[in-house]
Amino acid sequence: MAVRVQREDFDVGAEIAVLTAGRTDIGGVATFLGLVRDIAGGDEVKAMTLEHYPGMTEKMLAEIEAEARERWPLDECLIIHRYGRLEPGDRIVLVVTASAHRQAALDSCAFLIDWLKTTAAFWKLEETGQGEHWVEARESDDEAAARWDESPTKAAG
Amino acid sequence: MKILYFAFLRQRTGLGEETVEAPADVHDVASLVEWLKTRGPGYAEALRDTSAVRVAVNQEFADLHTPVAANDEIAFFPPVTGG
Repeated sequence: MAVRVQREDFDVGAEIAVLTAGRTDIGGVATFLGLVRDIAGGDEVKAMTLEHYPGMTEKMLAEIEAEARERWPLDECLIIHRYGRLEPGDRIVLVVTASAHRQAALDSCAFLIDWLKTTAAFWKLEETGQGEHWVEARESDDEAAARWDESPTKAAG
Repeated sequence: MKILYFAFLRQRTGLGEETVEAPADVHDVASLVEWLKTRGPGYAEALRDTSAVRVAVNQEFADLHTPVAANDEIAFFPPVTGG
């Protein structure tokens, strides 16, 4: 199990290198890297502050990871999510999945980021030219997560 | 019991966490919310619309009917927006 919630930045290449070091059974690694965008809902975003629920956030991420491991034959899995104040271009979230074959790695990576957006305890406060506001949950994110309910893929390796 | 507030609920109540001794008739999340709302305008405003509030009891998602007891950790927060 590898779930980290941290203030510090991370190095994608270094994380993948650690995950795959000495492994000859892994055939494919999929990654999703989330960055802070400078435009949200038409407003220019100067920065955002991510708040989380220490303890529960990590627990939820671990549960989502366990669910992914149930559904796909994963060799390795890593979720890193940052909190604190971030500026446009900064890395926020990293999901890495590794499996013998690409389909399990790609599908589980998409599953993890979709689920993470709707179930992990994080809240975003955006700073724009119009002041500060809390980002509201989006229906499209719920729909993206729900599609995994409809097609519980036990992907072949 | 320990009560935690996140995001806009933390701003409205003016605090991130507190330890309270709830009255004896507080037995579930709904009755806890009703009691908290009597504690001041910030609480009443934060908990006014419970459809915009999510709750966790001992770090598990819960709802208005979930029982609460003296040693529980109860957290109130808006729908999550991670990733």
